[in-house]
Amino acid sequence: MTAYIIRRLLATIPVMIVVALFVFLLLHLTPGDPAAVIAGDDASPAEIDGIRRKLGLDRPIWEQFVIYVGNLLNGDLGTSIFSNLPVLTLVKQRLEPTLVLAVSTLVVAVAFAVPLGVLAAWKARTLIDRVVMGFSVLGFALPVFLIGYLLIYVFAIELRWLPVQGYKPLSQGLVGTARSVALPAFALGMIYMALIARITRASMLEVLSEDYIRTARAKGVATPSLLLRHALKNAAVPIVTVIGIGMTLLISGVVLTETVFNIPGLGRLTVDAILKRDYPIIQGLIIIFAGVKVLVNLMIDISYTFFDPRIRY
Amino acid sequence: MTAISEPAPVARNRRLEWIRYNPTIVIGSAILAALAVLAVIAPWIADDPLGFDPLNRLKKPSAEFTFGTDQFGRDVYSRVIYGARISLAVGVSVAVVATAAGLLIGVLCGYYRRVDAVVMRVMDGVMAIPPILLAVALITLMQAGLAIVIVAISIPEIPRVVRLVRSVVLQVRGLPYIEAAIASGTRSRIIMTRHILPNTLAPLIVQATYVCASAILTEAGLSFLGIGTPPEIPSWGNIMSTGRSFFQISPWIIFFPGVMLAVTVLAINLVGDGLRDSLDPRIARRL
Repeated sequence: MTAYIIRRLLATIPVMIVVALFVFLLLHLTPGDPAAVIAGDDASPAEIDGIRRKLGLDRPIWEQFVIYVGNLLNGDLGTSIFSNLPVLTLVKQRLEPTLVLAVSTLVVAVAFAVPLGVLAAWKARTLIDRVVMGFSVLGFALPVFLIGYLLIYVFAIELRWLPVQGYKPLSQGLVGTARSVALPAFALGMIYMALIARITRASMLEVLSEDYIRTARAKGVATPSLLLRHALKNAAVPIVTVIGIGMTLLISGVVLTETVFNIPGLGRLTVDAILKRDYPIIQGLIIIFAGVKVLVNLMIDISYTFFDPRIRY
Repeated sequence: MTAISEPAPVARNRRLEWIRYNPTIVIGSAILAALAVLAVIAPWIADDPLGFDPLNRLKKPSAEFTFGTDQFGRDVYSRVIYGARISLAVGVSVAVVATAAGLLIGVLCGYYRRVDAVVMRVMDGVMAIPPILLAVALITLMQAGLAIVIVAISIPEIPRVVRLVRSVVLQVRGLPYIEAAIASGTRSRIIMTRHILPNTLAPLIVQATYVCASAILTEAGLSFLGIGTPPEIPSWGNIMSTGRSFFQISPWIIFFPGVMLAVTVLAINLVGDGLRDSLDPRIARRL
């Protein structure tokens, strides 16, 4: 097991090297002069030159890459062009809202989608099943920014139950934080719920048709225990896998959701960086988000042994 | 007499039956066809989408302004109708570019094992980057324009297509008829194009519909953030973006393009699901 984890950890290295190489080459292989594009339309040649020097574009390409990788290994993700602050500092400042939002979304999505998927599989081909699956198809089509505004309109403007926008940090109390992330978590969680509910249903249907389920039913196992202990645990591997796949949706969605709900997190940092064309920040965020995704996938692979003891590494 | 007229009803029945078993394809295609028609006849059914009208700012939906107006007095209905052009064009272009590139790389990877090892590591790396961020990075470094947006959205879609095509090629490659083709001295190019390629088409078409849907959502998302399609072009994302600061008083600016976006993506997904079910009966029976 330990050997497996180490082997998998080592396997993430080439992936991250490709990511680093990719963001690095992006800066150099894009047609045109990136320094001029970043500087904007009405920049003077001196300003363009300044940015070129800040990005290190005036040095030979191999030297730039060696410096870049060396910095990355030292945990230096670069320096913002405009604020001159290290990217890592900026990320730390904006981390909490995004982390809270991501975790709440995950909890909300799993808490709603897994029971719905189980219900749909148990009541397969009935009205309940059709409604759950219809909801799932719809969830894939609704863009997160539309759901976000619809939720704000209904729950914040019309009903006045929750705040319209903004984020209350954890240090000001858990209730305020929970109230401020409730709507964004639901908006962001919708597509996630659709994905998880669909795969839960499919996986459960497969398991429910197995012989041991019929045996369990025949010996009189109560339905809840049958569904949860006997079926769901064995249907878990695809469900956990899809939760990992959904991480990509979550990260992309965070940028949009934070814009809709005016949450000062990493998504907003990204948007602000884009508008100022502050490429080092975007570069750093890509490395961080890709790293998170790779690690989550690793943890999911390891979790398989818990759900299915037949899987041994 | 009867012998001649008999085949016709059978053929019609079969077609009716096909529609009955694939209602989602029919419904989805009908919606898409309607949208395509709207996009094409936009100049005849909509007013100038860029026409400023300071006297009619932020007007509620009414008989005169079906979908209301935005903060510049521009008619949201006209803008939404013109926006269909952008969304459909981006969706189709990205689907074509990403599947074509993915097909080429995937077949080469599946066929030449030495290329495979390197290219798949690159694909793993690209897949680890969230699509919207990758697009953002590309757009930040290049001057904005619709073509750049299409390329930027296509690149993150390619790895999934490559994986799909590659898995099919790997499956087919081991079959005796390919061995026979190699043994009889058929050139690699012919084996790839004539013997392997056709097998990838069915799953590729299904994948293309999902790429198309996801591209439309990504374009709208990027434009909504203000970094996608140039703001002077009325795309659904751009319209929603202009409505951002006014949504508490004029939610219609966001609502109508948003619903159109959802309906379009829903229609494409319905076609995709329907095609998947009818092309792969194994999954169809389970669902």
